[in-house]
Amino acid sequence: MQGITKSFPGVVANDHIDFSVEKGEIHGLLGENGAGKTVLMSILYGLYRPNEGRILVDGREVTIDSPAHAMRLGIGMVHQHFMLVPSLTVLENITLGREPAKNGFLLDRKRMHRDVKEFCDRYRLDVDLAAPIYDLPVGVQQRVEILKALYRGADFLILDEPTAVLTPIEAEELFGAVRALRAEGKTVIFISHKLREVLAICDRITVLKRGRMVDTVATEAATEESLTQMMVGRKIIYEFRKGESAGQKPVLTVRGLKALSDRGISALKGIDLEVLSHEILGLAGVEGNGQTELVETLTGLREAAEGTVTLDGEDITGETPLERIRRGVAHIPEDRYKRGVIPDFSVMENLIMCGQRDRYARNGVALDFREASSCSDQMMRDYQIQAPGKDTPLRNLSGGNQQRVVVAREFSRNPRLVLAAQPTRGLDVGATEYVRGKLAEMRDNGAAVLLISADLDEIWALSDRIAVIYEGRIVAVKPVNETTEQEIGRLMAGGRND
Amino acid sequence: MMVNLLDVINVGIFAAALRMATPIVYAALGGMFSERVGVVNIGMEGMMLTSALGGVTVSYYTGNPWLGVAAAVAIGGLLGLIHAVVTVKYAGNQIVSGTGLNILAMGFTAYMSQILWGSRGASESVAGIKDITIPILSDVPVIGPIIGTHSPLVYLMPVVTAICYIVLFRTPLGLHIRAVGEHPTAAETAGIDVVKIKYMGVIVSGMLAGLGGAFLSLSHLNLFARGMTGGRGFIALAALIFGKWMPFGVLGAGLLFGFADALQMRLQSLGILPPQIILMIPYVLTVAILAGMVGRARPPSDYKPYKRE
Amino acid sequence: MTEGLAAAAKRALTDARRSIEGAMFQVAAILLAFIVGALVLYVSGYDPVSAYAAMLMGAFGDMFGVGQTLTQATPIIFTSLAFLVSSKAGLFNIGAEGQFLVGAFTSSLVGIYLGGLPWVVHIPLALLAGAIAGGAWGLIAAVLKARFNAHEVITTMMLSYVATYLTGYMVNYPFKAPGWVSQTVRIAPSAELPRILPPTQLSAGILVALALVAFTAYLLQKTILGFELRAIGLNPSAAESAGISINRGIMTAMFLSGAMAGLGGACEILGVHRRFIQGFSPGYGWDGLAVALVGGLDPVGSLLASILFGALRSGGMIMTRSTKVPLDIVIILQGLVIIFVAAPTFIRSLLKRRSK
Repeated sequence: MQGITKSFPGVVANDHIDFSVEKGEIHGLLGENGAGKTVLMSILYGLYRPNEGRILVDGREVTIDSPAHAMRLGIGMVHQHFMLVPSLTVLENITLGREPAKNGFLLDRKRMHRDVKEFCDRYRLDVDLAAPIYDLPVGVQQRVEILKALYRGADFLILDEPTAVLTPIEAEELFGAVRALRAEGKTVIFISHKLREVLAICDRITVLKRGRMVDTVATEAATEESLTQMMVGRKIIYEFRKGESAGQKPVLTVRGLKALSDRGISALKGIDLEVLSHEILGLAGVEGNGQTELVETLTGLREAAEGTVTLDGEDITGETPLERIRRGVAHIPEDRYKRGVIPDFSVMENLIMCGQRDRYARNGVALDFREASSCSDQMMRDYQIQAPGKDTPLRNLSGGNQQRVVVAREFSRNPRLVLAAQPTRGLDVGATEYVRGKLAEMRDNGAAVLLISADLDEIWALSDRIAVIYEGRIVAVKPVNETTEQEIGRLMAGGRND
Repeated sequence: MMVNLLDVINVGIFAAALRMATPIVYAALGGMFSERVGVVNIGMEGMMLTSALGGVTVSYYTGNPWLGVAAAVAIGGLLGLIHAVVTVKYAGNQIVSGTGLNILAMGFTAYMSQILWGSRGASESVAGIKDITIPILSDVPVIGPIIGTHSPLVYLMPVVTAICYIVLFRTPLGLHIRAVGEHPTAAETAGIDVVKIKYMGVIVSGMLAGLGGAFLSLSHLNLFARGMTGGRGFIALAALIFGKWMPFGVLGAGLLFGFADALQMRLQSLGILPPQIILMIPYVLTVAILAGMVGRARPPSDYKPYKRE
Repeated sequence: MTEGLAAAAKRALTDARRSIEGAMFQVAAILLAFIVGALVLYVSGYDPVSAYAAMLMGAFGDMFGVGQTLTQATPIIFTSLAFLVSSKAGLFNIGAEGQFLVGAFTSSLVGIYLGGLPWVVHIPLALLAGAIAGGAWGLIAAVLKARFNAHEVITTMMLSYVATYLTGYMVNYPFKAPGWVSQTVRIAPSAELPRILPPTQLSAGILVALALVAFTAYLLQKTILGFELRAIGLNPSAAESAGISINRGIMTAMFLSGAMAGLGGACEILGVHRRFIQGFSPGYGWDGLAVALVGGLDPVGSLLASILFGALRSGGMIMTRSTKVPLDIVIILQGLVIIFVAAPTFIRSLLKRRSK
């Protein structure tokens, strides 16, 4: 790929990138969130068209204008968000778009089954072909995605952040599969923002930073530090932990909490948890083990089937979200766009949310615009929110600034309890540091912070104690200096607590 | 006034139920295709109505009711195309577009009716589709009178339902349709032409609605009357939900609503209750059924417009 | 100090410019609809120019025309505000016609049977009754949605049919006045909304309508409830996280929406017809939907668009009498406008092509 440039409204995602891959190698594409890795590969896969630049395959220039075309060229992609149709079976998903037909009209299911089974056996990827996707765990779904790409004749496989949804053990299995693919002569591009993985499995590594290509290096010549330097331009990770502290009292106490997921399956199977004042309790776990349901139950957005939630000694299990907000519970939602902000509202309107009935109300009926205005100005100053004005629609702000709005709104209430779910997801380095700093600040001011994150580095950097959630239960709680990352990783994967 | 229950519940009412179910089932099957590709089609009422008018018009001028049926299907498809263009190509609000089509149909059919036949109420009688009788079947006791003699369009109803089932669940096309509705990006990456399939689904929904309209104006009656669809396009949507977006479920739901319709007409003819109260029955039933679908109704698609960059 | 004023003035100008820019799109949709309508007329053998001219003259040509235009516009203002309020909360209330009828009938009952009261009490009471009845009718659909997740498009539509038949039943049986016509007896004089522009039928109802426009604007932009409803309409998940009760919001919005439509029905009875007549509404509920969309889902826009549609109706009636063009062309125009308004990008691409 030469000189590839791709812009979206307001953002230059790829800026004149030169990128080349050799046949039969595992090539790592490394960069922070938002560096442009996925966009670049999406261009290669025909999902986007570049504004400038050209692509050469085997020395021949090609224009890839659709995924179908990419597949014809032997390029396959396994996305971060799976491209699997939930109600169709594994078999149907793998053959989607190229189903063999009997008499040109009806599905030839027998042949479908035969063909795919052959592939499964050849690459030793074991899946239940008749299962509908929504029944399968995430690790298996990923296997289906890889099979799908291989079935379509991919010689060149792009894996986009494949370990984001895997436990450490599943990740090892994936690495084994990737090495096997290389042995079969396939070429693999491994997109990641995780240094250690990329160093472990790739032959060469290309680093992207803010849409630009920094350099391509051979793995033997690279170290974590050198790569970090390239990715970020400086050394990162400040540790926000402080030591022990006396006089801490439990703020949040959860006993025997049970709840169902949206599908009616048991998601929380008896959670026991305690978060003290002046502490950050990091809850580690692979996504999909009940974290979402836990946060929803704690904020009052989901009904608890059994168990109690206590705040400062008072039972709040049955209370509404508004009542909990009034008690001093703050919530940084894991999905900013879904739960955190209203993009079509102005910055000010987003800042006063949660308080429209109390702080910003006048006579119980009207909104107090003067108070709203002055508080918004204050918050924008205090939290360094960059926007043309407080009447700007929120959607015009960058992701980092939008998260600052959420943080400003929640933290300026001086909460007793902060529930932060994936608070730095999708943010650039500067914004990430800012949010983490603010969380530490809340902790230092006496709040109890429950930090839920799938990013082990983040858990490690911030937590005073670490708990692990697995299949709807808390399997361990340890002070941070009494455990190791390996142990946490093992517990996240369901290993037993000894 | 005591009414013998047998006056109400008898063979005749079941036969009538089959008849009244037909337009609802066709429209609901149409709605199913549209929603399965991810487009809500609220405008089926208008498509049925306009097709009914078109069918009568063609039959009026050609004397051939089957040409009328063909015209009705074509008109329905055309309206479906408009809805598709607005919602797929221009990513317009699906409900607004459908409502606009309904209102347009209301006005247009009344307008044309007046121009063609000079009255805003109803058209003249036209050549209609004659009922046919299936020889051996109609002699079977009890069942015979119920299903033995009907319009061909009624007999076509289960056939079309079966075809819909086969297409949707036994052909590659059906898989593509379901993929496009549930996860258009996945379908796109699998190499499926999402836009084409969406267009197709919506146009087919219009065509099926047209078939339902044709039944109303060319088979059930032989004329066009203003507003003759009477909300059946909306009842079809309820039947679609009740039938869980599955062809045979829709058939069953349509039969239920058809029965309510037939019941209402039978009660009216018996005159035991004021007509207005009886006329309410199908609509109240629809609301009740929708209420009864607590949480169990999960549509097969997300209805966001699909954008390609 | 002067800096603050200058900044505020600048902001007001940009706001005004933005609203006018926004309105251009609605105006374009209206024009497009009229063009297509002209085509329809032409193809069916009528002269579009004379038809439109007759409409225009009939609607605005003289004082009588203007009065009748405003009379026709009045109920539409109510139903369009009804649709507007519900849509701000993310609901699609297409049953305004039914809520309108229910409100009309209930107010007529209050108008008939509470005859001894002085008008300062009787009129507000009748209006209130109409509003509450319409609100309750809307609430049914809201409860069905909140409890059973029943989509309000279908339920409000069905309830509209039920309302038509129910009021039809009432006016043909229990409350029927002696005589051939399906109507009630006349309401008591103390319940009549005065005519403010004789000999037209324009009543004080339009003043109520104007007040409602102001109230709606205030409600949506300046009150807590308006803030919460808009939040629910724009992003229900985020609203829920912010402590807003979605179910309460849905029910409040539908009640308000139905109440506005019901109030419109009440004004129409008390001011224009003075009794409930079966079929007195030529589809004001549907007009309201089109008007709200054309008005850009904004209270003032609804007011202006209501006057436009009122002109279409009253001018249309004159047009039918003089040119024999069927009155239904008005409904055709309405449908066209809605379809064009549904696809903003279509209009935008047309405008872009023209400017190239």
